Amino acid sequence: MRRLLFLLPLAVVLALVGALAWPILEGRDPRALPSVLLDKPVPAFDLPGLAADTGGLHSDELSGRPVLVNVFASWCAPCRQEIPLLVQLSAEGVPIYGIAYKDEPAATRKFLAQLGDPYRGVGVDRDGRIAIEFGVYGVPETYVIDGAGRIRHRHVGAVTEDVARRTLLPLLEELSK
Amino acid sequence: MIAELGHVALTVALMVALLQATVPLWGAARGDTGLTGFARPAALVQFGAVAIAFGALTHAYLVSDFSLVNVASNSHSAKPLIYKLSGVWGNHEGSMLLWVLILALFGAAVAAFGGNLPDGLRARTLAVQAMIGVGFLAFILFTSNPFERLSPAPIDGNGLNPLLQDIGLALHPPMLYLGYVGFSTTFSFAVAALLEGRVDPAWARWVRPWALAAWTMLTAGIALGSGWAYYELGWGGWWFWDPVENASFMPWLAGTALLHSAIVVEKRGALKSWTVLLALVAFSFSLLGTFLVRSGVLTSVHAFAVDPERGMFILGLLAVAIGASFILYAWRAPSMEGGGMFRPISREGGLVLNNLLMSTAAATVLIGTLYPLALETVTGEKVSVGAPYFEATFVPIMVPMILALGVGPLLAWKRGDLAGALGRLWVAALAAVGIGLSVLYLRGAPVGAAIGFGLAVWLAVSVITEWAERVRLFRIPLGQSVARALGLPRSAYGMSLAHLGVAVFIMGAVGETFFSSEVVRFAGPGDRIEIADRTLTFEGVINRNGPNYEAEVGVFVLPSGDRLESERRFYPVEGQRTTEAAIRSRPDADVYAVLGEPAGDGRWTVRIYVKSLVMWLWGGCGLMVLGGLVSLADRRLRVGAPGPRRASWRPAHAGVGDAD
Repeated sequence: MRRLLFLLPLAVVLALVGALAWPILEGRDPRALPSVLLDKPVPAFDLPGLAADTGGLHSDELSGRPVLVNVFASWCAPCRQEIPLLVQLSAEGVPIYGIAYKDEPAATRKFLAQLGDPYRGVGVDRDGRIAIEFGVYGVPETYVIDGAGRIRHRHVGAVTEDVARRTLLPLLEELSK
Repeated sequence: MIAELGHVALTVALMVALLQATVPLWGAARGDTGLTGFARPAALVQFGAVAIAFGALTHAYLVSDFSLVNVASNSHSAKPLIYKLSGVWGNHEGSMLLWVLILALFGAAVAAFGGNLPDGLRARTLAVQAMIGVGFLAFILFTSNPFERLSPAPIDGNGLNPLLQDIGLALHPPMLYLGYVGFSTTFSFAVAALLEGRVDPAWARWVRPWALAAWTMLTAGIALGSGWAYYELGWGGWWFWDPVENASFMPWLAGTALLHSAIVVEKRGALKSWTVLLALVAFSFSLLGTFLVRSGVLTSVHAFAVDPERGMFILGLLAVAIGASFILYAWRAPSMEGGGMFRPISREGGLVLNNLLMSTAAATVLIGTLYPLALETVTGEKVSVGAPYFEATFVPIMVPMILALGVGPLLAWKRGDLAGALGRLWVAALAAVGIGLSVLYLRGAPVGAAIGFGLAVWLAVSVITEWAERVRLFRIPLGQSVARALGLPRSAYGMSLAHLGVAVFIMGAVGETFFSSEVVRFAGPGDRIEIADRTLTFEGVINRNGPNYEAEVGVFVLPSGDRLESERRFYPVEGQRTTEAAIRSRPDADVYAVLGEPAGDGRWTVRIYVKSLVMWLWGGCGLMVLGGLVSLADRRLRVGAPGPRRASWRPAHAGVGDAD
């Protein structure tokens, strides 16, 4: 009986570890910030392109099929980190559109020339107005838009291999059905 | 190149730690002094290697080497030098490296100052310390390498969160880590004792300085963090019951209990298995804190980047370290009872009460911190347990604690005389009731405030009474009292100072909670703002630029002519705004002014607080830290001092100086 008492701390620890492991194993993100615009249509916008001769980005381009919209900036290190993965996804056929957030077009061009350009189209959001309409907290953020042009998911922070394979791609696939 | 050197040094440290974790254990089991002797040099080399790695990362920050991901993400060439330096630990990877550096530092300290420890105990302690090191070095090398390169390197870095560009952040994490990683030492001692199957008063005497050192630094670290929140976050709060604050507070509570129960082991040979358990628990709380901050399972202002892989790794480390030590505990502890008997009313009894209340408090905080997590796991509901829960549960536990704290030091060992002790505390009781009633009736304050001030005064006067009893003030000629006062051991003064610190702290906490006022309004240049019998004149806003920010400065003038300048800073690199409150501190109250948003018509939103007795909060923490330091300076406790007197562990002046 007395021995059992000395096992008590161990039991508490085991229960604790189990309780702590659960959310991680479930892949739950406590900081998931569901977009206020979830399931709402993307805000209407018409952004200029990176150079005078390249097209910009119009909100109509985002509907028709499920796409990713990535809000990025050349001055942000996590963006730099996620670009190679986005380039790879793009090569696999995932349509990705970019919104260059509060950035010099020249700096954005250099950034994409250096690291690769994963975007089907890039709109320049110099003053960050459109990003605000999306509800952007900070860059990078990535949105999943369905075929009807509605925002279906929002990811805050750099896209990692894990996030792409476990969340974004399955969702895109489901939406294309 | 230097970064690669740092990476290599980390790898070397891991190898050395692996050897240090195994060879001495084997040696101790076989009684081979050649092998146990390996522990000390290994601990020193391991520390040296980690120090080189830390130096390499610091170098990268100082020269702004943006080819490192870590530096590029968290630093910027235009940052002031001090924040380039503090940026080293202002991020996940760097702070982990600091964690390991301090872990190795404590190992090296045990190796360097533990000359008088028995060979086997020292070898086992250092081996356990190295096991923790192996876990965390592997964690850094495999999941959080601070030396990862970025190619091509960006021209400039991303900057450091402006909230963290503050002298408070430069000091708070290192101090906090010294505290809670410091409990790794007591953990290692406890595991070593379990391995040996022997806990005796000598063991308690070796452990106590380490517990005291860790506790002192943790107290200072928490106070610095609280101070940072108070002046940097801009709304005048000093404790938020945020999960991460709780994470640092739980080891503090367990550590406080440990400090006190170790006294009973040392003096009376009782409470052995309980003390060992507390030593394990204190460090377990430190590990839990590390996990909570870095796994992202809880939302907090302090949380680092969410990364499930890292979370699992730390959880694994936590499960192995705590699980293994508790298995060992369940196996070995039942056979280590015995020791002096004592009555419930006695010094030991008082310390047991302290331990029960401290543990209950720690459990309360633990439940409040983890409850949202558990609830979300079970029902998927998101809740937030906030200050109301903690105030409703934690504060009532502190009331009997403070009452008992006044009496405890006056009780004798083995069998105390409660009536006699209370009889000697009549002054304290009278003062407490007097203060309580006068606050209640003269100032019309709430009952809570009266009780709070009453408790603080009770404790303060009790502490002074206890000291006066010791030096027999006014009972023997003053000269003799002075001689006695000079002759008291430093540990006795340490105790008195720390307990007095608690009283002063309570004054501050109660004053701030019940007697603060707040005004939020629009103000244009020349407007006068009335608050709590004070009048501030708002002079308007001027522009001023700092080294890496632009600021709008709101100027407030007090009748005394004191100027308060609150800044709204914009950091272009990070694209973030911060607010710098302007604070004028006086013993009775702080005047705290914050410049808010412009209203558009030339007026500004301004927030003015008058916060009562805030200086007492910091003063109280300062006294506790001072008490810890004074006690550490006691000859009897000085690190390594026990040695030759091992056989006769009972202190020479058991009658007088035993109240630490």
